[in-house]
Amino acid sequence: MRLAYWPGCVSRGFTPELHGSMAKVAPLLDLELVELDRANCCGAGVIAEHNQELVDTLNARTFAMAQRVDGAAGMMNICSTCQGAQSECQERLDASSEYRAAVNTHLQPEGLSYESGNYWWNKNFLWILAEEIGFETVGDRVKRPLEGLRIAPFYGCYIVRPTRRLGFDEHPGRDEYLDQLIEVLGAEPVEYAGARKCCGFPVITMNRTTSLRQAGRHVADAIDAGADCMVTPCPLCHLNLDMQQPAAARFVERDQLDLPVLHLPQMVGLALGLEPGELGMGKHVVSTRDVVHKVARLAAA
Amino acid sequence: MADFQLKIRRFDPESGEAAYWADYGVDLPPERSVLDGILQVKDREDASLAIRCSCRAAICGSCGVRINGKSALACNTRIGDAAERARNGAITVEPMGNMPVLKDLVTDMEAVHWKKVRRVVPWLLPAEEPPDNQEYIVPAEAMLDVTQAMACIHCGVCVSTCLSMEVDPDFIGPAALAKAYRFVGDPRDGEHEARLRDLAEDPHGIYDCTHCFACVEVCPKDVAPMDQIMRLRRRATADFEIKDSNNGYGHEKAFLNIVERWGTNHEAQLLPRSFGDGSLVKGQLSPDGAKQLTRELPTAFRGLRSGKVTPRKALLHPKLPDQRQVRRIFNEIESKDERLELNLYIVGETGADEEGAMAEGGQEA
Repeated sequence: MRLAYWPGCVSRGFTPELHGSMAKVAPLLDLELVELDRANCCGAGVIAEHNQELVDTLNARTFAMAQRVDGAAGMMNICSTCQGAQSECQERLDASSEYRAAVNTHLQPEGLSYESGNYWWNKNFLWILAEEIGFETVGDRVKRPLEGLRIAPFYGCYIVRPTRRLGFDEHPGRDEYLDQLIEVLGAEPVEYAGARKCCGFPVITMNRTTSLRQAGRHVADAIDAGADCMVTPCPLCHLNLDMQQPAAARFVERDQLDLPVLHLPQMVGLALGLEPGELGMGKHVVSTRDVVHKVARLAAA
Repeated sequence: MADFQLKIRRFDPESGEAAYWADYGVDLPPERSVLDGILQVKDREDASLAIRCSCRAAICGSCGVRINGKSALACNTRIGDAAERARNGAITVEPMGNMPVLKDLVTDMEAVHWKKVRRVVPWLLPAEEPPDNQEYIVPAEAMLDVTQAMACIHCGVCVSTCLSMEVDPDFIGPAALAKAYRFVGDPRDGEHEARLRDLAEDPHGIYDCTHCFACVEVCPKDVAPMDQIMRLRRRATADFEIKDSNNGYGHEKAFLNIVERWGTNHEAQLLPRSFGDGSLVKGQLSPDGAKQLTRELPTAFRGLRSGKVTPRKALLHPKLPDQRQVRRIFNEIESKDERLELNLYIVGETGADEEGAMAEGGQEA
């Protein structure tokens, strides 16, 4: 399947292991990714808070570039926040031809235009796995079932709410996909309170206490529920849950937390037989060593 | 008719016992409400079960509870739908979250919700005296912007689900802040700037919202409280340039400046710029900015040590190949006198192709 691919900013910035692992995993799932290397930041909710027309135009620009990729089934992102921020813009752009035309005038000097239609979609890698590739096919490709690994899913707000905007009418299971995928890959999904709650990242510069209490609480809950690691489809969640994890511990009255946090393509890659090193698992703040050891003991089927 | 299982959280402070779960069976058509189910339990099994309710039509806002963990009005949730989402066969019903429980499903709205609503001065502070023996006259279109906030019925369902309040009980919260926007967006009010300054400077104010959409998801009247908080932020930063000590203004300015300059986010500069009202120099040299940056140094060091962040990446950020196009879009839109907005609450998601869908809001100050 050929896809226009928007990697986002953070996957090429502070979480390079996300972009890198996606590149390794794609061919194993027959995904041909055409990277939108001229596309701009989605605004991450911040530009939307500043000026609606600006954020809608910036994302219409990305959509228009994606629509020009020959033979692409649709557009793929690898960030819950990109998904939510872009879905918000797409909802407005699709709702009014008059508004869409006004936004498109700003794209005209580049020869671009976003065309609305039910045929076109923008989906996170998680949704691609569930809806386009199908979990059955994913299961068939598993070379190293992640048996014995207990994984806590962390979805990221932007990919589960609001359900109406995010297509839950058509795909009501979207807030269960990560749990299901963990099972498909042979691991055990861990139940804990925080799976669909907020990581706190959006207020890390504005209210550090609120932010790190949120991150710390979810990590602590997952540890208490017996998780070996967490997995998230959102690199912004990853920044707060992994990079800030040592700092978050004291906000939840713990000496340390120490729970590795995987990116979605890293987890998929391990099950598809890739080696931890290829997936950038050495580039985490919280060491993934214990997970790597467990995986190493699993015989490749 | 069908059988449904209800698992209700019971608590009686006078009994001296802890809260517990109790199971009940009810017999109702699936299109009836969870509230009907609760009232049937009260009628047939245990009259002491406490629930606050009145209109049964999602107007009075009394019967807020958590159904299968999700905050909602009991009268506005079909029992058949709730049963489909129930785990282990039983629909769980709990009192609302983030507030004290008085008895069973009745929470103390005064202790949290009403106290927070009063915090935002929930009445009009007129810009001028009303005309003699007359009411203020406002053109209908001038009030469109606040109709969504005005739809609030103060049921507290958004407060119950607020993830920011869960970790910071002092957060003013979604319902009260939506109420604040109802007056900040009202052309008759004379204290827009003072209201915004107050809410921007409060560490538990508009910049304590984590943008998680939980309130948007559950509101039975589509008030989208988080969207109203974002409107408050928009006014505070864009219209009044309120430089708050919570870095709200700085974070927004930093983000915009970075995307305008590079096209994608340059995380290494986001923090220092956020601490300096958008300016890299001020963020690093001002005493307050430097102090905040110092606090982040251990995190930055851990990023470098793990190999996520390289010194080169921290210092150099590539521009997009045609960044001038992004810059042009910024210039075109930011230089307009009026903001172009499409309000889906007013026009509906499918009926937007009608006249009057787009509003061009004037900028204040």
